[in-house]
Amino acid sequence: MKPADYLIKGVSLPDGKKADIAISDGVIASLSNGFKGEANTIIDGSECVALPGLVDLHTHLREPGREDAETVLSGSRAGAKGGFTALSAMANTSPVADTAGVVEQVYRLGQEAGLLDVFPIGAVTQGLKGEALSEIGAMADSVARVRVFSDDGNCVFDPLVMRRALEYIKKFGGLIAQHAQDPRMTIGSQMNEGVVSARLGLKGWPAVAEEAIIARDVLLADHVKSRLHICHLTTAGGVEIIRWAKARGIDVTAEVTPHHLLLTDDLASSYDPVYKVNPPLRTESDVHALREALADGTIDIVATDHAPHPTEAKECEWQEAAFGMLGLETALSIVQKTMVDTGLMNWVQVAERMSITPARIGGYESHGQALVSGSIANLVVINPTQKWTVDRDLVVSNSSNTPYHGHELPGVVAHTFYKGVATLINGNLTSIGGM
Amino acid sequence: MRHLLSIADLNKSEAISILDTASELARVSDGAVKKLPTLRGRTIVNLFAEDSTRTRISFEAAAKRLSADVINFSAKGSSLSKGESLKDTAMTLQAMGADAVVIRHPASGAAQRLADSHWMSGSVVNAGDGTHEHPSQALLDAFTIRKHLGMGGSDLTGLSVAIVGDILHSRVARSNVLLLSMLGAKVTLVAPPTLLPVGIDSWPATVSYDFDSVIPHVDVVMMLRVQQERMSDLFFPNAREYSRYFGLNTDRMACMKKGAIVMHPGPMNRGLEISAEVADSARSVITEQVTNGVSVRMAILYVLLAGGALEVGSN
Amino acid sequence: MSVALSAQDINRALTRISHEILEKNQGATNIVLLGIPTRGAHIAARISAIIGSIEGAEVPTGTLDITLFRDDLRMRPPRAIMPTKIPASGIEGKDVILIDDVLFSGRTIRAALDALGEIGRPRTVQLAALVDRGHRELPIKADFIGKNLPTAKNQSVKVLLSEIDGRDEVTIEEGAE
Ligand SMILES: [Zn+2]
Repeated sequence: MKPADYLIKGVSLPDGKKADIAISDGVIASLSNGFKGEANTIIDGSECVALPGLVDLHTHLREPGREDAETVLSGSRAGAKGGFTALSAMANTSPVADTAGVVEQVYRLGQEAGLLDVFPIGAVTQGLKGEALSEIGAMADSVARVRVFSDDGNCVFDPLVMRRALEYIKKFGGLIAQHAQDPRMTIGSQMNEGVVSARLGLKGWPAVAEEAIIARDVLLADHVKSRLHICHLTTAGGVEIIRWAKARGIDVTAEVTPHHLLLTDDLASSYDPVYKVNPPLRTESDVHALREALADGTIDIVATDHAPHPTEAKECEWQEAAFGMLGLETALSIVQKTMVDTGLMNWVQVAERMSITPARIGGYESHGQALVSGSIANLVVINPTQKWTVDRDLVVSNSSNTPYHGHELPGVVAHTFYKGVATLINGNLTSIGGM
Repeated sequence: MRHLLSIADLNKSEAISILDTASELARVSDGAVKKLPTLRGRTIVNLFAEDSTRTRISFEAAAKRLSADVINFSAKGSSLSKGESLKDTAMTLQAMGADAVVIRHPASGAAQRLADSHWMSGSVVNAGDGTHEHPSQALLDAFTIRKHLGMGGSDLTGLSVAIVGDILHSRVARSNVLLLSMLGAKVTLVAPPTLLPVGIDSWPATVSYDFDSVIPHVDVVMMLRVQQERMSDLFFPNAREYSRYFGLNTDRMACMKKGAIVMHPGPMNRGLEISAEVADSARSVITEQVTNGVSVRMAILYVLLAGGALEVGSN
Repeated sequence: MSVALSAQDINRALTRISHEILEKNQGATNIVLLGIPTRGAHIAARISAIIGSIEGAEVPTGTLDITLFRDDLRMRPPRAIMPTKIPASGIEGKDVILIDDVLFSGRTIRAALDALGEIGRPRTVQLAALVDRGHRELPIKADFIGKNLPTAKNQSVKVLLSEIDGRDEVTIEEGAE
């Protein structure tokens, strides 16, 4: 028998059982106690946990249009570094991903980078303007096989447009991912509306501007019996609405970002725009509600909303600065810090929230597979006992707008395998792909 | 003290020593001395990214009376209005050797951004940032109140102040609430509910929607400017209705306590938030606020530029 | 630390200075005493009282804060500005006696002369100091001195006055200021 490509010895599976994982020819060749064969590369997994490769349903890769901030390649590298094997590229590029041509280009760039799967998300409306539907069918039928549609960055505000979009995607089992933000209530808004915004004199962004859209859209999804996904939930009130909708049997899923699980609006007191993000950081009680909802499954998944921006977009006055923060390289550490180390979730739940469920929602069949013999070898090995300190000058992303600069975080992503090939070994990116 | 960005940067004794310093400076400049050599050789830049002739002139007069060199860098014709970043401007000022920058800016937090960045090393004085704060205005208001109504004490204990108008968008209100309450005054904010920020319950002030019920009980009525464009943003139906409920006219002034004063940070909308008769009445200390502004700003520049921490009463 | 002047010594010195002022100015009719805050102001008040009791008339006495006129503001922490009180009679054409506790570099007096110049034009300006410790950096000399105290530059001279410090005493302490 030929030697395995990789052997990960004595690694913990999500459920805590120890195993030797042998990877060959792109699949998990065997999963056993005491692997007897030979292997080309042997990895000591004794302090580590293996999870199915992480899947991000919400990534901004900025290509085409803003390659100075991020490219499909640089974002893929950041993803591999963070333990991801699949990313979903949001449509708010320039040009907007509202045609088959653009989504195919992004998909192809992902394949060329070869570090993970890049699944393009298509725009719901032409130019993200919220008026006319984009070429949804053509994007679905394209090489990129788009199933998730979103105007993220903008809200699909017109209820009639939203209704039609929800109906139209039923044709091929698609999904509308809504960026819930009432645009009228948030004109010029800068941060969560509350005690801190009152003091800082920054225009408030009320929780109700998010919750009103969520409430409307779960009712619409119920009415037309379609699939709705709520992007980046940030408020305790939003959680309540999702809980109600699920109890009623409405086909809705929801995501939360790592930063909304950890950071709060009082960080704006520094006026440092690295904390400026859409939707905004909320309050301590919102953070607790989000953590609870993620633990009990009301919120289905964690998605990064990785939003790279060039230095000059953040090195300015708060109100002039761009919204968004980096997320791919720190996501797993933040989830460990906020959910695992606090005892709210175990690694089985982390695997569900960050891999299995997002892969199911996005329809990414080769991802989120159980760690069993014969599965496609998309997996990540992390060392939860180690700590590391975030340094914005050392991030893999083309941008450096991480809100965690200088933070010590738990959990080091040690090894990432994409289709059986290591993209990250001992925390270092390998030289595969379009390097 | 290196910067003055917010009243929250000051503790009570620091605030009082600025007021005391201003009192001495006012006496000195009231006398024969028109110009003090105190800041000779120092460069102060007035960086005004937003029009405010009165505040700029006040700071300029303060700096010049202390013999500082003053460079005016105003929005019109400056690089800031041509889209140059705050960072590039700051680095230019650094290269020019600015010892202090007095900044007026439409963005909340711009002064703090300038101070916290490593773009320049001089002192930063916030001369009004967006809808955040305007600490020198609050200090001159406290100075004016103390001068008129202070019962010999150094603070404002026992006094009641109503601040009336567009609290939501007012940097003057934010700074005054912090300062006047720190100095012991009881502050009541009077406005239509639309012009009060969500989260105001955390402020050291009480809130009223009823101007008439507040007027007879306060020693100071401080009126705020109401911008015409607030009407189109649906904050109130029209100027007439605003004026009827929240304007200070002679009828309302007649209900004021004996000795109570009327203040306004200017510029006034006569006929909207304040009637001409009230503005020009004996109760009005509005022009005196302008005079006091120079002394208070001299004190601020002195405290910031004459070195490290302010020593109180030491030899 | 050593005591250079006791309470009694201070009292005697101020009495002597008062007599010298009267002698030099041929009485108190044209003089104005200006003490430099904080301690110089208290010393001026004491000299004013002594002269008053000798002459049987009140001497115009005030304070002159020189903080805003210092040329070394950059080098030291900012001081609170102390009151300047010029007697109603003014200083125009008067014989002004500046009074300070310690005469050292002379920079305080230079600043005081600048401050005076902004206020008016005295006939003469004279200087009285309780202690002259030497180390002048400017061509300035006192007309009336309580005590010459030769000191090393790294020593410091402390003047304690009962109005502020609860007792009268002048001490010399070792170590840089
Ligand atoms: Zn979004």
